[in-house]
Amino acid sequence: MNLELALISALNGASYGLLLFMLSAGLTLIFSMMGVLNFAHASFYMLGAYGGYQISRWVGFWPGLLLSPLFIGLIGCGVERYGLRALHARGPVAELLFTFGLSYVIVELVQVIWGRPPVPYRLPAELDGTLFTVYTVDFPKARGFVMLVAALILGSLGAVLRYSRIGMVIQAALSHPRTAETLGHDVPRIHMLVFGGGTALAALAGSIGGALTVTEPNMGITIGAILFVVIVVGGMGSLAGAFIASLAIGEIDAFAKVIDRSPADLLGAVGLHVDPSNPLRAVLDVTVSQAAPVLPFLLLVVVLMVRPRGLMGKREDH
Amino acid sequence: MSGAPPAGPLRGLAPWAGGVALLVAVPAIFGHGFALLLYAECAIMVVLALSYNLLLGASGMLSFGHAVYSGCGAYAAIHVLNWIGRSHAALPVTLVPLVGGLGGLLAGATFGFLSTRRSGTAFAMITLGLGELVGACSLMFPGFFGGEGGISGNRTVGGNVFGVPGWNLGSDIQMDYLIGAWCLACVAGMRALLGTPLGRIANAVRDNPERAEFVGYSARQVRWLMLMASSFFAGIGGGLAALNFEIVTAENVGALRSGEMLLATFIGGAGYFHGPILGAVVFVFFAVALSQITKAWQLYLGLFFVVLVLKAPGGLADVAARFLAQARDGSLRRRAAGLGSMAGCLLLALLGLILLVELTYHRTLESEGEGMRLIGLGLDAARPLPWVAGATMLLGGGLVFRWLRRREAQALPRSYAGPSRAWWR
Repeated sequence: MNLELALISALNGASYGLLLFMLSAGLTLIFSMMGVLNFAHASFYMLGAYGGYQISRWVGFWPGLLLSPLFIGLIGCGVERYGLRALHARGPVAELLFTFGLSYVIVELVQVIWGRPPVPYRLPAELDGTLFTVYTVDFPKARGFVMLVAALILGSLGAVLRYSRIGMVIQAALSHPRTAETLGHDVPRIHMLVFGGGTALAALAGSIGGALTVTEPNMGITIGAILFVVIVVGGMGSLAGAFIASLAIGEIDAFAKVIDRSPADLLGAVGLHVDPSNPLRAVLDVTVSQAAPVLPFLLLVVVLMVRPRGLMGKREDH
Repeated sequence: MSGAPPAGPLRGLAPWAGGVALLVAVPAIFGHGFALLLYAECAIMVVLALSYNLLLGASGMLSFGHAVYSGCGAYAAIHVLNWIGRSHAALPVTLVPLVGGLGGLLAGATFGFLSTRRSGTAFAMITLGLGELVGACSLMFPGFFGGEGGISGNRTVGGNVFGVPGWNLGSDIQMDYLIGAWCLACVAGMRALLGTPLGRIANAVRDNPERAEFVGYSARQVRWLMLMASSFFAGIGGGLAALNFEIVTAENVGALRSGEMLLATFIGGAGYFHGPILGAVVFVFFAVALSQITKAWQLYLGLFFVVLVLKAPGGLADVAARFLAQARDGSLRRRAAGLGSMAGCLLLALLGLILLVELTYHRTLESEGEGMRLIGLGLDAARPLPWVAGATMLLGGGLVFRWLRRREAQALPRSYAGPSRAWWR
């Protein structure tokens, strides 16, 4: 592998990782605040893409990018208010089951409304073309745009959480809900806003990610499983862990896709030739690029064996 | 099963006798294609859902990757079936589901070693990740998993069962009786397992892992053992499916299949032993019968599930148990009029919902040319009238239902609703 390919892969990985972090940040905030692992988070990502598509057909891409997250965030508030809140007393399994059912319903609802095949949702012409060229490889504007939006949103999210008044209240409600309530803050309302905010973040990621790749009903399922890997690997409830894990998985994915070598090649390079009749041959012949979809899950297995609570996780239980 | 009414010694046997009679009679009476297919699907799903409930109901482990075990069992079964065909081995085909069980057990022992280190939400996420891992691998190793086309087999390769001429599992009815026999054996085996000390300790670990640890049991080991038992029975279910359909594809290990087992178990009721049996039958009704009528069946199934999670977390078995209790103490008769009108409102709202969903679906598919028909009525999706009617029925039925329920709740003493079994804590 040469330098230019490595550089461009690193950039691609960072852009995918930042997109993942936009999703996992909302999921982690919701989890650490309410103890709810929102199984439907990736469905809101998908819903955000469809919302962006529908609004972009009426008034254009840029208003859609703004309105779709707002609208989906409102739906998220409704889900918390009329679904999750009543279930909270019944414990995390009931909430997990509810969001699981919700993810099922959302996918089916989208299929009923927009059909099963992908919809033609594209980035506007302003984002076509090349941002810059590394030696001979082009880096598209669209990916730069993803990185810019993700960095802006996450930077302002961090600033709001750390320095603003509402951010302080959210943090207080997160760590000491009883005390915050005693001081006169409406903790259930804060829960609703955090849930809505998390879904809005997911929807924003969706309205960019959908336009960048493909908008279809199953787009949430593929990214959803990887999202949960990010959460478990990073340590459940840790924003910093989610950030590291998101970038790590983004980079692993980007680099794996361009390495067209298999373990058998590696063994051949050091002088060990595997016999074609060897039963391990089927495993050894898989190239790294072929194995790319499996690698996040292998990472999950490795982390679980070495450090079951995840990279930055604190508690061993639940 | 505490609080069972004390009665004669044969009382506990009545459901078993009924089950056996049902398993024997149904293929004999409805001996044609669709009923036999339904029977096989139901019996297999019963085994899968019950094995799933060894985790969810008995041990408090919510798994999103149960299809890994049933799928590995199915692959083990189909490979052994093909091996029997190639080498004319002496292993009877009737025992191939057991091979599936061993395959499931192996997968459960391996993956369970990793996943049972954690409990609760983390366990659920890990099972999801492991499920995706196996699902992604299934397309990477076509030698074992058969790639896109899957692996097919032939269940008649073993010749005649017990040497009886004609009993070569070739016909659906013979296969159904084999599935029925295995289903019965599995149900009995799982019921017995729950009565053993292991099953009891699993309940303790579910309710309070810390206390179980203080008593001297390793919660992790108990979870692992229960997961192995569960994956063994799931593997048998997978093996039965492999024999029945004579093909195993990557779908058998996929996340969708795992979700189906979770849905079936929960719909039936995870707090009762017979809950998943009920749930399996209802699920197969949705998946096989309803799917022939409407393409939106999964939406209805999902909505049904969400409503159950919100309003009746004990599942259908719990709803039935409450109605039975009320029928016994006579309060059901007093409520009859109110319940009747509530059911009427619900039905109206449901019809409105179905009307709206089908209209939307019709519009999406853009089959403008052909008129739409719903329950014998010709409808025009381009005109506003059906939409307004559907919305009115949904809203009107729902609002009147809410009002009726509030009124009844006010009229009755507070203890009336009664707490349902809190297995999920």
